[in-house]
This record gives sequence, C-alpha cells and structure tokens, in this order.
Amino acid sequence: MIEINHVSKWYGPLFQALKDCTTSVARGEVVVVCGPSGSGKSTLIKCVNALEPFQQGKIIIDGISLTDPKTNLPKLRARVGMVFQHFELFPHLRIIDNLCLAQEKVLGRSHDEAAAKAMKLLERVGLTTHARKYPAELSGGQQQRVAIARALAMDPIAMLFDEPTSALDPEMISEVLDVMVDLAREGMTMMVVTHEMGFASKVAHRVIFMDQGEIVEDTPKADFFGKPRSDRAQKFLSKILSH
Amino acid sequence: MNYHWNWHIFFEPNPTGAGTYLDMLLSGLWLTIETSICAWVIALIFGSVVGVMRTLPSKAASWFGFAYVEFFRNMPLLVQIFLWFFVLPELLPHAWGLWLKQLPYAPFYTAAIGIGLFMSARVAEQVRASIGALPRGQKQAATALGLTTAQTYTYVLLPIAYRIILPPLTSEFLNTIKNTAVAITIGLLELTGEARSMQEFSFQVFEAFTAATVMYLLINIVVVTAMRIVERRVAIPGYIAGK
Repeated sequence: MIEINHVSKWYGPLFQALKDCTTSVARGEVVVVCGPSGSGKSTLIKCVNALEPFQQGKIIIDGISLTDPKTNLPKLRARVGMVFQHFELFPHLRIIDNLCLAQEKVLGRSHDEAAAKAMKLLERVGLTTHARKYPAELSGGQQQRVAIARALAMDPIAMLFDEPTSALDPEMISEVLDVMVDLAREGMTMMVVTHEMGFASKVAHRVIFMDQGEIVEDTPKADFFGKPRSDRAQKFLSKILSH
Repeated sequence: MNYHWNWHIFFEPNPTGAGTYLDMLLSGLWLTIETSICAWVIALIFGSVVGVMRTLPSKAASWFGFAYVEFFRNMPLLVQIFLWFFVLPELLPHAWGLWLKQLPYAPFYTAAIGIGLFMSARVAEQVRASIGALPRGQKQAATALGLTTAQTYTYVLLPIAYRIILPPLTSEFLNTIKNTAVAITIGLLELTGEARSMQEFSFQVFEAFTAATVMYLLINIVVVTAMRIVERRVAIPGYIAGK
C-alpha cells in the first residue's frame, strides 16, 4: 500500500533530515514509528503525504508514485487520511462543516450526503452532540477525535497519524487511542508516529525505530519489545518505559 | 481677530446658482463617499491578490508582490496622483494620452484608482502578515485533505486571515476616506474641495471647514460602527473578538 524506497531529504544544503529510508506498509497493516525527537519520524510521515518535498528516492502509494509529475497530488492526498499533533481543525467552521468541507469541495459530494456521512462518523467518535459547535469550544481530546472523523470522512485507503496524542492531557489520551485501536482492529492501513508504547504493543504489526534521520530498526512488534537489536533502540525503550 | 461668524451661511444660495452652500458641501460629501468606496474596493481586491502572492511558494509570485508593495508604498500619495493624472497621459502614445485627457470624470477615476492602488499596498502587507501568522498546520491540514492551493486559500486561510486583520482594515478604510482629500489637487470637487470653494466664495473659512470636519467625522463614525458590527458577526470562538 505504502512503499518508501531510499528516501533522503535535506533542509538546506547541510542538514539531512532523512537518510536513505526504506520501508513499507502493507494493506491492513499497522506500523508504529517511534524514536527520539528530531529523529525524522514526523518528516517521514509528512513526506508520505507529499506535505514535505524530498530530494531523493521514491514513495509509492497504492501503485502511484508521489514524484511522478503526472500524479495528481491533491487527488492522491484526498485518499490518504492524515491526523496532526495539534489537530488543525479549521477554527472558523463548525464541527460538522469541518467534516463536510473537503467531502464537498474535493470529492464533489452534495451537502446532504456529506452531512449524513459526517454525522455517522461523529456518532462513531461519540461527538454527535457537538456537531454545531466550533473547534475552540471542544477539549483537546474531542478535537482530535473530530480530526480523525474528518480524515475518515474522505473514505481513505490508509491513515497517517503524526503524534496524535502528544499535545493532549493524559486523561484525554485514552479516548483518542480507543478510536485508533478500533480503527486498527477493523483492518485500516495505518502508519502512526507515536510514543504510546501501549498502543504499539496492542495493535501494531511492526515497529520502526528511527534515530538521526535513519531507520535503525524495522521489526515485527514482538521482536521490538522482546529484544531490540540496536543499542539506540534499547536505550530509547528503557528511557520511555522506565516510569 | 475681526472675524464675522455667520452660521446661517449654509442656507444662503451659493454663487453657482444651484442651491445653498449646504448643498455644495453635501455634493462634495457624496463625491467623497463615492471615491472612497471605489478606492477601497480596489484596495481590497488588489491588496488581497498581492498579499496572497507574497505567501505563495512561487519565487516569481512573491517577487512580483514585493516589487508591487514597495512601488506603491514608497512614494508619497500626492506624487502618485500627479503621476497618474499629469505624467501618464504624456508617456502613452499620443492618441491614448489624448483620450485619457478628454475622459469625462478623469479626476474621479484618477483619484479612485490612484488612492486605491496606494492603499492596496498597505492591505497587501496586512493580508501577508496575517496569513504568515496562521499555524503552518492549517495549510498542511487543508492540503492533506486534498484541497488545491486555491481552495486552501479560499476556504481555510483567507477566512481566518481576514477575521484577524479586521481591526487594522478598519483603520485602512478610514485612511482611504481621509486620503480622498488629496484629490482636490487634481480638481476633484470632493468634500475638502467644496469646503475650499465655499471659503473662497463666502470668506466664511471657519464655518466651511467646521462643517467639513463634522461631515468627515460622521462618515468615519458610520464606518467604525459598521465594521464593529461586522467584527461581531464574524467572530469565532478562540479568535479575536470571539469568546
């Protein structure tokens, strides 16, 4: 579904953010990407949606190459859902309109059709009563659930999560993770940048560990938690699991 | 000082034979309003386009925006009006220049366009600053949903950006109205122009300019009140003027 082949990215001439990264996410697979901050995990996931350009390598989504000049990027992005660390709901639109905007403008659905779909997804994330509110009137956890519903409204073939719980209070993290776990169990293809090792051990098929722009480990979940092969991954795990 | 105050002067017939001195001032007031509105529409449209161009990734677009803004904001308004009115017709091919000079209402068009373009540079800078101040994630979220660049600006970035700059835009609208007084120099009989001719005909300089001052004040109060109503109506939670 998602193939990342030898991708390298530089910010400016000197700083290399991604170093020859190669991995893939199969259909229905859940892959968790973790690593210390500045390791390039967010950059990598943003490259997958072509939100960040990269200078070398290839990313192929469902058989379509991002770097092919003939690729209609907006159309491809519409098929891949993305959830951000800071939710990024549109503050001037009510919750329901946040979910309808792209359905109508990108997929060409009628307003009624889009609204029906939106309500169904809001029900799924338990927020139907908030449909007429503005984003700033919701808690962080609620906003992130809306953001997930907004991405799902586009009927994505895969979902990308960029640290979806990092900006949340501890008590709100679980309500967001619950939605993500359900999604994973339904067979959604997911690539998740997160430090939530509980989530990883529950639903991930594979764990990718990154450090300094490199993919250091790319192993099945059991191997990663059982016995990471690299020192860096072991150190990282011992630090985040020590509390 | 031997000044002979005469507040009844407004109701005395003016020397043009068409009504009283008050009618003269009112016709000037009307012309000021017309010129201001035309100039403001031009300023808003051109300012928005140029402001947006300066935020685009395209080098050519942002360079054009930069050149435009620096050209129009670095020359005194009076010089710009003179350039449009006296110099431009001489620079054009003879036939075009002649057509321009013989154009009816030339002072009106020159003032509206000249002041409009001058103000558009200021509007452009505010639009640019406002878009630049939005969280980068907003653009990424819109892009990730499959919206094109044009759609991202239309439905997401600009609606928020305009809300943020409504208060300074109110000031710019007031500046536009006051700047129309410059048009007296190219023979436009707007409010200041009419006040001056009233002074010349009647020698009642204080009454004439007191009346003009009050009229300017009234227009500006109307604008300020209207803009405050607009601000309140488009307020969104979590943003300026919102809760």
